[in-house]
Amino acid sequence: MNALLEVDAIDVAYADFRALHGISLTVAEGETLAVIGANGAGKSTLLKTVAGLLRPVAGQIRFDGHDVSRTPAHQRVRQGIALTPEGRRIFGSLTVEENLKVGAHGRRQGPWNLATVYDAFPLLAEKRSRRGAHLSGGEQQATAIGRALMSNPRLLLLDEVSLGLAPVVIADIYKALPTITAKGTTVLVVEQDLTQALTVADRVQCLLEGRTVLEGAAADVTRKQVQAAYFGVDATEGQEDE
Amino acid sequence: MSAPTTLTPMSSATDLKVVRGGWPSLAGGGVLAAIVVFLAAAPWFVFSPGDVTNLVTLFALIILGTTWNLMAGYGGLVSIGQQAFIGAGGYGVIKLADVVGLPIPVAVLAAGVVCALLALPTSFLLFRLVGGYFAIGTWVVAEVFKLVTQELPGFGGGSGLSLTAFQGVDRVTRIATVYYLALVLAVAVVLATYLLMRSRVGLGLTAIRDDSVAAASLGVAVRRSQRLVYVAASGGAGLAGALIAVNGLRVSPGSMFSVQYTAFMIFIVVIGGLGTIEGPILGAVIFFALQQLLDAYGTWYLIALGAIAIAVVLLAPRGLWGLAARGRYEIFPLGHRVHPPRQ
Amino acid sequence: MDWINAVLQGFLLGGQYALLACGLSLIFGVMRIVNLAHGVLAVAAAYLALWLVQQTGMPSFLTIVVVVPVLAAVGYAIQRGLFNPALRHGELSPLLVSFGLAVIGANLLQEIFTADSRKISIGDLSTSAVDLGGLRLGVFSLITLVVAVAVIVGLQLYLSHTRIGRAMRATKDDPEAATLMGIDERHMYALATAIAIGTVALAGVFLGMSTQFSPTYGDLVLIFAFEAVIIGGLGSLWGTLLGGLVLGVAQTVGAQIDPAYGVLAGHLVFLVVLLLRPQGLLPKAVVA
Ligand SMILES: Nc1ncnc2c1ncn2[C@@H]1O[C@H](COP(=O)(O)OP(=O)(O)OP(=O)(O)O)[C@@H](O)[C@H]1O
Ligand SMILES: [Mg+2]
Repeated sequence: MNALLEVDAIDVAYADFRALHGISLTVAEGETLAVIGANGAGKSTLLKTVAGLLRPVAGQIRFDGHDVSRTPAHQRVRQGIALTPEGRRIFGSLTVEENLKVGAHGRRQGPWNLATVYDAFPLLAEKRSRRGAHLSGGEQQATAIGRALMSNPRLLLLDEVSLGLAPVVIADIYKALPTITAKGTTVLVVEQDLTQALTVADRVQCLLEGRTVLEGAAADVTRKQVQAAYFGVDATEGQEDE
Repeated sequence: MSAPTTLTPMSSATDLKVVRGGWPSLAGGGVLAAIVVFLAAAPWFVFSPGDVTNLVTLFALIILGTTWNLMAGYGGLVSIGQQAFIGAGGYGVIKLADVVGLPIPVAVLAAGVVCALLALPTSFLLFRLVGGYFAIGTWVVAEVFKLVTQELPGFGGGSGLSLTAFQGVDRVTRIATVYYLALVLAVAVVLATYLLMRSRVGLGLTAIRDDSVAAASLGVAVRRSQRLVYVAASGGAGLAGALIAVNGLRVSPGSMFSVQYTAFMIFIVVIGGLGTIEGPILGAVIFFALQQLLDAYGTWYLIALGAIAIAVVLLAPRGLWGLAARGRYEIFPLGHRVHPPRQ
Repeated sequence: MDWINAVLQGFLLGGQYALLACGLSLIFGVMRIVNLAHGVLAVAAAYLALWLVQQTGMPSFLTIVVVVPVLAAVGYAIQRGLFNPALRHGELSPLLVSFGLAVIGANLLQEIFTADSRKISIGDLSTSAVDLGGLRLGVFSLITLVVAVAVIVGLQLYLSHTRIGRAMRATKDDPEAATLMGIDERHMYALATAIAIGTVALAGVFLGMSTQFSPTYGDLVLIFAFEAVIIGGLGSLWGTLLGGLVLGVAQTVGAQIDPAYGVLAGHLVFLVVLLLRPQGLLPKAVVA
């Protein structure tokens, strides 16, 4: 399988605070990667950098073999990178349907349109003319994902889909993920919810204070390893080489 | 050793020295003081009466720049209508001197007070508008002031009023009175602004200046400080207007309530350096010098000023003082600076 | 009868104010920028139309076809070149930049066209009127009112139902999220300004055909447009229309009392609205 996204030793900083130190990762076409880590580990920073909202101070980001490190965010969307940002960031004064239509602003062709998005998220169909500001958290999250899908991305970046949602709602939203990957979309999820992350992902990569501390196939890593890496405590198991 | 205050923080008492000012402010303050002394002595042996009259304009510009900066640079209030109070101060001083019969210096001060009092009720109307809409709102108020002044009986309609209180006073005494009054007031306004900004009100305003989240959560307190700043700055504009009137000996609605004054204030503050005490003084001197040199070019001069102001906003938002001092020197230190321990 | 006439004339005048104001409302609605060069741009449009008539002998109304696109392009350039960079330095900077522009514009106009008052000739149209049982309604004023309503309806429809209109509203809600939708924020802002200045240009040509104007006339235009926006309610184009009408009526009724009080009466109505109903008469209806 060829690599769709290659992040090559990037450093990212906010003013003089360095949030990512030499992070590398690869996502193959069609696979689902979960990036996990404690609060402040740098997960959102990583996704924002891939989406183009932040520029790395060092390192390179390649998408489908091309260097996109200097490409502005709005053009990366047109090349097929879509981010569902942390906190959802729904357009409050626009209706659900308008939010979705704005998602299609770049007019990329592909399997996703209003009909298929409503199929994947049936709860949105009923709320199509409600304003974004008047939606529940789950409805907002579904709108945010649907909106990203409307750009027909090759790579979908999901930042903490489960944040602040009840377990049933989370399950409801994650139910759509197989539909999404089945259409050939590559997915990079950021999750705090370990169980959820390990279930949906093919591979996991764990960040701690801006560095990668663990990576492997979701089936191979043990919960204990993940927990150790997550909190940065004694990580002897599986990490002997470091 | 009195100007740089040295504080010792509670916790790390031994390592860090927190200093306000330091030698640059002592030196700068010394230079400024020397300039003031020179200006005080100069009329007697350097300047011609024409120069002296011109310098009064400079002092008025310093007052206008300083007070506009107090609002915009510290209070976050951009007014394009301070000509309301320039005009009110100008008309006010003539009425107070000619009709009430106050001595000129008292009348000038009283005109400033009247303007501050006028600004208080005005603020309750205008503070319902924020940002740019506040700005245009102040202009509407200035237009109302102008139109009402034109209509009021005894204010001379469209042609205005002349000051008669100086009649019978010889020219030299008159010019000297106005000159010293303007010099003293300019120095007083700058110092008062500095002290205000060092007070609790000022420190609070500076602290929230760049932090809109904090500003929103402190809503009421901020509003109160802004109102104080607006009223004080309007009093200052009134003083400047009064000086302009007693210097020029006549006022008319078209000139005293002209939005041109706002243009001058904005140029002075933006070019000199928004949000510093030094900036408006520097800006006023530059503006005054350019005005003396380029006045003959009329509109081109204003076009150039507009272009320079835009360039400064975009390329050097801290103004010329900011460029020159690069944040390291303050003649009027507001912030405290932490010095690492000496090795 | 005089009073009814004053009110009617005020309505017609209000059409002109609404037309002048909707661009101000749009720019503020989308970008939170208060464009102090608004009035100068309207007057510049009037001068450009006058120049075209004088140089080419073009019929007055036809100048719109040239003036509106030219000023829209100027608006686009101002946004890209000046306002967008200024926005990075905070809210104060665009305001100061627009003030600088206003000063430059007014003085340039004075340099080129002198300070004399001018008017764009529209021949008989300026005097023709329809008789309505003793009340005379100027045909040109009626046209202006109709154009104002059409522009506002058109803008509203454009913002609600087109791809670009939606993108503009999304950018207004959350610029960063909008870039994640493939929207180029800077281009979108520039388009909004181009449209706004295009409407200002249209308003300016109409202004020039109905009134004597001079380089400094932009000051009054800005103030009146601003009053219309605030009276109507910030961020609502229908409100702006209503605000324009209220302002127009206030001015003509004031002038009926005493010709010197027209403008003052408008200001006072504005201040009263600010005092009693600071959110405006029709706040935040549908858009922007
Ligand atoms: N805008 C910002 N300015 C300065 N520092 C920031 C900013 N955003 C994030 N940081 C810092 O960068 C580091 C990484 O933040 P980031 O948001 O990427 O973490 P995260 O892994 O997504 O955390 P969470 O799970 O809480 O969302 C944190 O230390 C955070 O404080
Ligand atoms: Mg995060």
